[in-house]
Parts: sequence; C-alpha cells; structure tokens
Amino acid sequence: MDFGPHLMLALLEGAVLAAVLALMASGLSLVFGVMRVVNVAHGEFYMLGAVVAWAVADLVGGGPAVGFIAALILAPLIVGGLAAAADMTILKRIDYDPERTIVATIGLLYVIQQLTLMGYGPEARPVAPPFNTRIALPWIEWGAGGPSVYFPWGLSTTSYKLFVIGAAAALILAIRLVLLHSKAGLVMRATQLDSEMATAFGIPVERVYAAVFGVGAGLAALAGVLIVPIQQAHYLMGGEALLLSFIVVIIGGLGSLTGTIVAAVLIGMSDGIISVFFSPTLAKILATLLVALVLVFRPQGLFGARER
Amino acid sequence: MLSVEGLTAGYGHAMILRDLSLVAEAGRITCLMGRNGAGKTTTLKAIMGLVPPAAGRVVLDGEVVSDLPPHQVPGRGIGYVPQGRRLFGALSVAENLEVALMARGSGTGLRAEVLELFPRLRDRLGQRADTLSGGEQQMLATARALCLQPKVLLLDEPTEGLQPSMIDAIRQAMLTLRDRGAAILLVEQRIDAVLALADHVQVIENGRTVETFDAAALTRAPERLRSHLGV
Repeated sequence: MDFGPHLMLALLEGAVLAAVLALMASGLSLVFGVMRVVNVAHGEFYMLGAVVAWAVADLVGGGPAVGFIAALILAPLIVGGLAAAADMTILKRIDYDPERTIVATIGLLYVIQQLTLMGYGPEARPVAPPFNTRIALPWIEWGAGGPSVYFPWGLSTTSYKLFVIGAAAALILAIRLVLLHSKAGLVMRATQLDSEMATAFGIPVERVYAAVFGVGAGLAALAGVLIVPIQQAHYLMGGEALLLSFIVVIIGGLGSLTGTIVAAVLIGMSDGIISVFFSPTLAKILATLLVALVLVFRPQGLFGARER
Repeated sequence: MLSVEGLTAGYGHAMILRDLSLVAEAGRITCLMGRNGAGKTTTLKAIMGLVPPAAGRVVLDGEVVSDLPPHQVPGRGIGYVPQGRRLFGALSVAENLEVALMARGSGTGLRAEVLELFPRLRDRLGQRADTLSGGEQQMLATARALCLQPKVLLLDEPTEGLQPSMIDAIRQAMLTLRDRGAAILLVEQRIDAVLALADHVQVIENGRTVETFDAAALTRAPERLRSHLGV
C-alpha cells in the first residue's frame, strides 16, 4: 500500500482510539474537576463496563444487536451505581481528602480487579458487534490524465468502528450540553468552583459528589462497552486504559473537558499513526515523554487554569 | 427571629466560639464586632452549618436549624454574604443568581425583584462574575443571598474595600431588607458604618460575648466601642 492510503488507515485506527479515550478520560476529568479526586480505579470501571457488557450480552441472547444494546444501557448503570456506592461508603468517610482518596482508589482498583478475576476468570472474551460491515475506502490519485478514484487493497474500515467514533462524539457532546445548559450541570459547576459556598446556597454537595463519581465511572463503562467488540473483555484491560487516560487529562489540563477532548484526539491519532508505521511501544514512549514535557513546561496542561 | 444559644464551635480540636449566645431580631440590624480572630466569621459560618457546633444550638423561628444538614439551612431562609464575596467566578451573573433561586424553588419573578435593588447587574447578566468590578461583585454577592428570600441575612464585612457609591448601594439594600422585616446580622469593622446602621451591637472576644449595646447607648458613648476594638 502507498504511503497516503497507509496514513489514512492509521488515522482511522487512531480516531477509534481517540474516541474511546476521550469518552473514558472525560469521566476521569469530570471526577477530578468537581471532586478534586484522582481516581486511580477509573481503569477498572472501564474494565467492568466491558465485562458487564459480555455478561449482559451472554444473558440476554437474541442476537448480537439485542445483547449489545442491552449492554450499552445496563453496563453504565450498573457500574455507575457501584461507583456511587463506593463513593458513599469509602470516599465520603475519608472526607474526600486528596491524599487518602488516592490510596483508597488504589485499594478499590485491586478489589475490583481481583473480584473480577474470581468471578469472571482470566479468559479474554469477545462481545459480538451489533453490525460489522467492511467498508472499502476510496483514494484519489493524481496521474497524467488528472485525478482518479480507486480502492486500494487493504484500505478499509468497518461500520462498527465508524459507529464507535460517532457514538463517542455524540456522548461527549451530550455531556457538554448537560454541563453548560442544564440545572444539573449548573449544580456540578457551582460545586466544582466552591463546594462550601455551594452548600451555603442549598446544594447537597455529598450527593453531587456521589452522582459525579457514578457518572464518571459510567462514562468509563460506556467506553468499555464500545471497545469490547473490537478488543476482548479481560480483567487486566483497565491498566493501559488508565495510563492513557491520565496522559490525556494531564496534557489537556486536569478538570478541563475541552482540554481532555483535544488531548485525546492528539494522543489517539499519534498512537494510531506511530503504531501503524513504527510500533505501539514507541507510541506509548512518546506519549509518556509528552506528558513529562507538559509537566515541566506547562504544568497546568494545555487548557488547565494556572494555580494562583 | 434567629437565636444562637450557648454555641461552641471551631475547627478540629481548636474551639473558636465558646458558649456564644446572640439574638438577631426581625426588622433590626444587629452588628457583630470584635478584633481580628475574635470569632466573627466563624459565628456566621456556624449559623450556616458550615462549621459544625460542638455544643449549643441555632434556632430560627422555633426550629433548631443546627440539627439540619448544612445544605438545608439556606432553604429555611438564611442568606449569607461571605467575606471576600466568594462568588462562583466562572459562572455568569445570571447563573450565580440561579444557584440561589434553585435553593428556594423560586423563579425569575424574584430575580427581577432583587435586580430592582441592583439595576447595574441587570445589564451584566451574561457576564462572568469574576470579570465584574469589586463593587459589582459585592452587589452580586448580596443579590445572590437575597434570592433566598432570607428571613435572616448574614453579611461579613460587605463594604470592605469598596468606593463610597458602592457602599451606599449595599447599605440601601440592607435598610430596604430590614424595613421589609428581615433580621440582619452584620459583621463590620468600621465604627462609622456601625453607628449609622446598627440597632444593636454585640462585641465578642475570644469567641465569647463581652458587651452589648443598643443604638441609643452607642450614640451616647461610642468611645466604649472603640476601646473594645483598640482603635
């Protein structure tokens, strides 16, 4: 395959990663932004989303589409509910203290991971995509007789991958609309800005925190459901996803949704291109190096507010 | 009427208020005075439930509000204008007011009524709160508290650092609210402001009440107040 079509293929693969990453990292960013909690267990909620998706699809039966739609609805609700319960039983009891919540969520990470290993097992299991038509992509070549369109061998994607990109974009747009134009969003933003004053104006801050922790985990679970027809569900899949999410929110600026999305596109696309042309390991090395550079030269991230 | 009865409260093991009692009556302005660190701001925060009491209670019209979860206190009709304004800076003026309106389930009718007192804010509804001038920010902090339709309004040094025209607007709002029958509890350091506004003054030191004055006693002997404050 020529360089141009090869690059386009890499960009498409990168766009799928960017979409899933943006969705997952939005949850991490939302939780940090509103609660100032660095949720180290976020990757496990992503893994739980994938595992619950497998379990739901397996239980429901009735064809891939029915199972997938049921998983898309139930997995974020189940995982979000578990996360809200974890907030009320663990994080609330330690007063959302920044240092202690890091230790607590590390503990939560291992509890979720080991319980999943005990209940689900060490196997990687797939969930059938609801549709998966292969779509050959055209390429334009300029020759002596002018531009001509052809379909290079190997330049293709699937309808499901395009759906993942579209669904993630729609969900992120929905989050943004809710945050900026609804009463729930106003309550979350007021709590983020000054939780004590939010209380003084009638906002039940602890309930907002439980809801935000649940929504953040639900977004990670949605990302897990979307990815499981492409990657298989496995109890250790949360680790790399967590690392990439942290890379994205640090580069974008902790707590900035816009920064998170821009950084997810940057990291996802570069990961796709470097993985296709060189190696996936090199892609992770460069992403980590970029985080180090951001921390040195712009610690607040690309879109984060500087601490005063 | 708001009454604070034998309140002991503080941060961790450090008690700032020790057996403090005070009353803010409807239709009157009660000033709370004292030197820095005397416990004035902690008193207001304890009334709002933001600092939990170790002993004592806060009663509003017969209901013990100190037993309520802190977020339910403003809904009972206690408005708070904190020191330094503490606006939701990245929210617009309208959104700051909306947060308070939600606490009482009130609508745009009340907002229009509050904005009658501060017409300058009407032209800035879409502007971010942290881009307003200092005086406008204080107006917004006061307007936000008024959106709770307070029976009691707590103000912590509301005129600090403001230019005279802004001070007049804030004072006028306080007087209007008092005339409508609200109780006002004002923390103020400036003696001239206290003499001009107060119906009753309570001086605290180390979290305890050391002296109280009514307006007539104050006018006759303002030097006693000065001696308490060391000015």
